[in-house]
Amino acid sequence: MSHAVAPVRHILIEGNKSYHNITEDLVSPTEKSPTREWVVAFTLSAAFLALYIFSIVWTVWKGIGEWGANRTINWAYDITNFVWWIGIGHAGTLISAILLLFRQRWRTGVNRAAEAMTIFAVICAGQFPIFHMGRVWLAFFIFPFPNTRGPLWTNFNSPLLWDVFAISTYFSVSLLFWYTGLVPDLATVRDRATGFRRKMYELASFGWTGSAKHWQRWEALSLVLAGISTPLVLSVHTIVSFDFATSVIPGWHTTIFPPYFVAGAIFSGFAMVQTLMIITRKVLRLEEYITLNHVESMNKVIVLTGTIVGVAYLTELFIAWYSGYIYEQFAFYNRVFGVYWWSYFGMMFCNVVSPQVFWSRKIRRSIWWTFFLSIVINIGMWFERFVIIATTLARDYLPSSWSYYRPTWVEISIFAGTIGLFFVCYLIFTRVAPVVAIAEVKSILKVAGDQYIGKNANKKHH
Amino acid sequence: MASNSKKVLFGLYNDEEDLKSAIKVANDGHLDIMDVYTPFPVHGLDPVLGLKESRLHYLGFIYGATGATFGFLTMSWIFTRDWPIMFGGKPYWSVPAFIPITFEMTVLFAAWGMTITFYTICGMWPGVKAKTLDDRITDDKFCVAFDVTDASEGDVDHLKGFFSKTNAAEVNVKTI
Repeated sequence: MSHAVAPVRHILIEGNKSYHNITEDLVSPTEKSPTREWVVAFTLSAAFLALYIFSIVWTVWKGIGEWGANRTINWAYDITNFVWWIGIGHAGTLISAILLLFRQRWRTGVNRAAEAMTIFAVICAGQFPIFHMGRVWLAFFIFPFPNTRGPLWTNFNSPLLWDVFAISTYFSVSLLFWYTGLVPDLATVRDRATGFRRKMYELASFGWTGSAKHWQRWEALSLVLAGISTPLVLSVHTIVSFDFATSVIPGWHTTIFPPYFVAGAIFSGFAMVQTLMIITRKVLRLEEYITLNHVESMNKVIVLTGTIVGVAYLTELFIAWYSGYIYEQFAFYNRVFGVYWWSYFGMMFCNVVSPQVFWSRKIRRSIWWTFFLSIVINIGMWFERFVIIATTLARDYLPSSWSYYRPTWVEISIFAGTIGLFFVCYLIFTRVAPVVAIAEVKSILKVAGDQYIGKNANKKHH
Repeated sequence: MASNSKKVLFGLYNDEEDLKSAIKVANDGHLDIMDVYTPFPVHGLDPVLGLKESRLHYLGFIYGATGATFGFLTMSWIFTRDWPIMFGGKPYWSVPAFIPITFEMTVLFAAWGMTITFYTICGMWPGVKAKTLDDRITDDKFCVAFDVTDASEGDVDHLKGFFSKTNAAEVNVKTI
């Protein structure tokens, strides 16, 4: 079989790698003792995780009165953080599923880490609604199950319950997708290991041998999982937006919310992938596998989705004016110029203005610009959720109920703590599993390796 | 275990193209390949090996349909028979509101069903010991294996001849 490779194909694997080099480079971070950077990062993250545990125990012990949320602004920091994390958790499945369906080869460099990121981000997201329930020991009441209380069922007409189903399905399906992709690579780690380590990886790799029939089924499974994860990932943020859009609050009750939330989720997810991958490629020395071509491709997605989000913001304002409905108009006037005007302008600047610099190829391929802007976008997307939630609620129907929200130290600690939780998980992941999909990178070597394509190619295809 | 153990003669190749041409030679010589092991999914291998397309996705459809039916009927039964509650003057059987959960149940059942089926039919599960012929097969070697448990010495020599003719980098025997 000869592969015809178009001359426009980008080089995705640099450094004249052989199959063995790929194994060596990608498995070795799990075999060496941790670097000093890793230890410092882990210690710091663990400290934040400890802060998380402390502030959660505080919340459960004293009650959610310890939070700044009040009767008017009853969703505030917690739901802002929930939506922020869920949004971040969208890039992994997007990269794995949608880019697999579109046959984008550059996904192989970043899909494994992005999927792991998805799983950890969803874990972080879940903390907020669970602890906002107050009596967290009764949290299992959100699931419908035959019970002795009637039976008292959940309300299947409520978008909040749809969210329970969407997020738990999303979490478990992402986990299956990620782990099934990981099994052949864990077998690679296993076959290089000895002693106790080998035993552990034997357990984790389920007895994988690499038989042709198994690979065929593995690919069939990956493809179908990708096919069903694609509508799934779109449904999750659509349903998150339903939490707002199906309510009767001016400023929330808008039909634009589902596509706008989905674009925003992809936007913030890719920004977080950039933040993580730029650090990961540097610390684990994976620059030859996560190349500037990968960074540039992701920046293109960022500028596209950032612009979609910008169009959505402006459409909202236009439609509010065009509706001729004064309450709707007030809601949006208040969103822009109200008490939280600074978060609106922060959001506009970070999400709409700043990514536009990525129209320049030079900036798209600059590591420093990319890293800096990925952080700016993460902040901007947090502002967006805060704008939607707190600004809208702060000026509700009755001026006598109007209120102002500021987070307490407990809420800030919980939020900072989930970042610790996220990084603890991610750092452990980089130590136990290959962060780049080994088998998938090998499978694209002959169509994306720099010795086969590009100007300096020195090998011909068979 | 012992009664199931097989004596396997296998050759390792350095490149997937060598592997594919070797398999073609084996097919021409009517050799009965036990299995082929590769470090990554090699494209174009299935037709050469004569592997039929996996039927996993048909099962995926059945699992998904089961999930959709189960989710929809459960909600319908609960809200019309078991404990009807009026929400905001809307009908008890509020079908559009059931769509999101029906969809999620479809995906949930299809994904779990297919994944569990995949591991079951591949005989893979935590605690299963891999019948590895060579540790480098998950690294950079491409392996063709023949079952020689009941083979005569002449057959084995014939297979060894095949490996040397097709430029196998190594030929070994292992009992798995």
